[in-house]
Amino acid sequence: MEKPAAIPEYPRTYPKPDKFDVVNHSREKLDGMGLVTGTRKFVADFDLPNMIHVKMLGSPHAHARIISIDTEEAMKMPGVVGIYTSKDVPRVAHTTAGQGYPEPSPYDTFMLDTKVRFIGDRVAIVAAETPEAAIAACRKIKVQYEVLPAVFSIEQAMAEGAPVIHDESDCSVPIPIHFDPKRNHCAHMETKVGDVEKGYKEADVVLEKTYHSHYAQHCPIEPHTCACYLDEDDRVVLISSTQVPFHARRITAQVLQIPIKRIRVIKPRIGGGFGTKQEVLLEDVCAFVTMKTRRPCRWELTRAEEFMSARTRHPMSVTIKMGVKKNGKITAMSMKVLSNTGAYGSHALTVMSNCGSKVLPLYKCENVEFIGDTYYTNLPVAGAYRGYGATQAAFGAEAHMDELASAIKMDALKFRAMNHIKVGETSPIFQALGEGRAGVSMVIQSCGLAECIEIGRKEIGWNEKRGKPGTGIKRRGIGMCMLMQGSSIPEIDMGSVFIKMNEDGSFNMLLGATDLGTGSDTILAQIAAETLGCDHSDMLVYSSDTDFTPFDTGAYASSTTYLSGGAVINAATKVREQILAVASMMLGEKPEQLTIENKTILGKNKKNKITFSQICKYAMYEVNQFQIGAIGSHVTHASPPPFSAHFAEVEVDIETGELKVIKYVAAVDCGTAINPQLADGQTQGGLLNGIGYATTEEYHFDKSGRMLNPSFKHYKIFGANDIPEIKTFLVPTYEPTGPYGAKSVSEICINGALPAIGNAIKDAVGVRICEGPFTAERILKAIREAGKIGKD
Amino acid sequence: MKITLTINGREYTRDIAENRTLLRFIREDLGLTGTKEGCGAGECGACTVIVNGKTMNSCLMLAAECSGAVIETIEGESESGELSKMQQAFHKHHAVQCGFCTPGMIMSVKALVKKNPKPTVHQIQEAIEGNFCRCTGYTQIIEAVQAGTDQRDEQEELRRV
Repeated sequence: MEKPAAIPEYPRTYPKPDKFDVVNHSREKLDGMGLVTGTRKFVADFDLPNMIHVKMLGSPHAHARIISIDTEEAMKMPGVVGIYTSKDVPRVAHTTAGQGYPEPSPYDTFMLDTKVRFIGDRVAIVAAETPEAAIAACRKIKVQYEVLPAVFSIEQAMAEGAPVIHDESDCSVPIPIHFDPKRNHCAHMETKVGDVEKGYKEADVVLEKTYHSHYAQHCPIEPHTCACYLDEDDRVVLISSTQVPFHARRITAQVLQIPIKRIRVIKPRIGGGFGTKQEVLLEDVCAFVTMKTRRPCRWELTRAEEFMSARTRHPMSVTIKMGVKKNGKITAMSMKVLSNTGAYGSHALTVMSNCGSKVLPLYKCENVEFIGDTYYTNLPVAGAYRGYGATQAAFGAEAHMDELASAIKMDALKFRAMNHIKVGETSPIFQALGEGRAGVSMVIQSCGLAECIEIGRKEIGWNEKRGKPGTGIKRRGIGMCMLMQGSSIPEIDMGSVFIKMNEDGSFNMLLGATDLGTGSDTILAQIAAETLGCDHSDMLVYSSDTDFTPFDTGAYASSTTYLSGGAVINAATKVREQILAVASMMLGEKPEQLTIENKTILGKNKKNKITFSQICKYAMYEVNQFQIGAIGSHVTHASPPPFSAHFAEVEVDIETGELKVIKYVAAVDCGTAINPQLADGQTQGGLLNGIGYATTEEYHFDKSGRMLNPSFKHYKIFGANDIPEIKTFLVPTYEPTGPYGAKSVSEICINGALPAIGNAIKDAVGVRICEGPFTAERILKAIREAGKIGKD
Repeated sequence: MKITLTINGREYTRDIAENRTLLRFIREDLGLTGTKEGCGAGECGACTVIVNGKTMNSCLMLAAECSGAVIETIEGESESGELSKMQQAFHKHHAVQCGFCTPGMIMSVKALVKKNPKPTVHQIQEAIEGNFCRCTGYTQIIEAVQAGTDQRDEQEELRRV
């Protein structure tokens, strides 16, 4: 059937203007003033009268059945307002993963259950007048558990007769994907292109190795926080630190079995997310407590809860096998991923499949195989984390590229340069691996990798320093890696925006997109201003309020600039046409003869002039009145990869194993940087998070599955005094499918540190460390096992 | 118990519980929510305020300890809607991404600059060592502090324009 006219066709490419007036300039952040004065509100800054506080009693056991809960004594504690257990709440299987509907994650989570599956899992909700009273009451709740044998590794989870973590009969998957909870097997994905076996036969060298990446937490400085109140119409208003306000509304409605129309989700300023706030973790409880007590409430996770019961990076074992000819041609590659999703399957399938889809297409190869499996364990729950599987897989793949280059005695840079994907080329993986369904085929239209490599090579001193570790106690090494990511989930995610004009020539822009600190409100205003012909400060941005802004899937999958930016152009183009139509009437000239310069419409030969303000007043008050304004949506048909090359110089003490990152260089091709300083800030912040992940950040567990270091004191993230010399470069390319040539920038930069530093350690001391983080203990152990250097 | 203290030049007298932290006193009793809580354990620096000229983690101090103290918070940094020089520098140099750490960060910088008007990069790093930022990677913050202390060329554009 033909598409009815009301259903939009989205542009596949956007025209390239001759010059940029607003875009590609480092304009000030629109919310910057409010942030430097401390007046912009975060969730915890909202003072709701008569508010009560929520705390969750967490499970002390990794795996147990709850036999009984006695709340009698706890209820008598001063200040307690209510205590709720699984008997009091609806039992609805759902996922906390804030993904598009139907989600590619299993419905295996319940608001409260009669079983706990990791230490910190929900047991009972306490609402009290103060947080202290709620904590005191938690301590008085008596819970009788039947402790069950627990599973703490993928190997244990896979074993025949292993304890079944999800033995409930009502867990399921909302879309037809592999799901076998009776075997703790949460997700499976495989794809094959060409003939891998034939490829390995043709190879001169075949290498296989397994690389392990570890648990980590996002550590936004603002922990998850949610507040809730009933408005004048008895509707449930949630103010939440969420990356996904629209998914939060949908999932809260689902869990509480109330209509979506009864819920409004407001996203104020967010203190960082990095993926962990792509989860609906607090909203259901806060809405429930407010509906029960009819009082406003707030729930803030403590830092320890943030580590133990929010979300983490999926730990993985990634086995890479590659065959290569002596001339450097890659004949076959296989990636086998074993992913640990912890107690619940949030993003279990898609993070794992992203390992393949965001890493394998980087190098040209006709014979490719991907097999991924995700298992449940009784450990903290994994979820979305910046990089989203590409971090874990790039560690293996890029370490392996160095190993292969060394095996065929080729320079690692040259080996990569000859094999990486280039403009005009495609990869069968784009089509083969999607998000719970087939992907979208695409040809690369922009790629700045060659320049990224060249810049990095010079800046790090590759030719002079590589392979020259020196002979003292402290050895120097140089390493690098190449990266790609995506930009949005093509033909799945949707963004939209509404723009209306005001009498002074300013515009209200109501954005579905969610600025969680990245600056997306600002860059989307820049895109609108470029299209309309005004300054970005003429755009009054209001974002992410489910009552007032149009829909957007949310801030994830590196989508906001590319996808929501497209929606902004689509809306602004319509508004521009309306402005020109009114101007044409007023000036008596044809719309196609008119041009716009700085909020002024110029007629033919630039003689006639009329301002935005005059046009809006005319349209509002004088003749043929209407509101100049339009809504625009966008769905992308491609997910063009940003590309990057990272280089690290390290120093390793061969007596102690101590590692020092001396210098780190990243060159990134994100297409047009809409706001170069913000794009650079994304790169700098992401790569430092990556360096932390590669060198210090680590979960330590005891035998019962309890995290031993849930604090910044014992889980080391980088401070200002820890940073190495960092040099970043934005390499401009122009992506025709993106708004003003833009691609994504935020996620890619976190993926490089593990492989680049790992490769640099290899260059310094000759050992390959296949497990992060690269602590002194691990490095020293590897040096001693290799027996080459560092012997006593 | 009753305490009297001065915050941003204004004197407050309040009855407080003895176990009230300075942070919660400032945020909840006085409504000065610019100061943030990121960990509640003195490890992240989001709650940094200046007490009698020294930076303190207000989550670790009791309000009761502060009777008679002179305290500065982010709310005292700009005057009549005019950003301070350091705030302007933070704004211009994109030292702010999510902005949650910014108030505490600016307090640490303010205390530094008062003692040392032209700090070196290393001194800046040391002064904000206890203020975690997960967004920026610190470089743009350090650049902003240099600009706010006239150590970057006024005419010099941002590194990336």
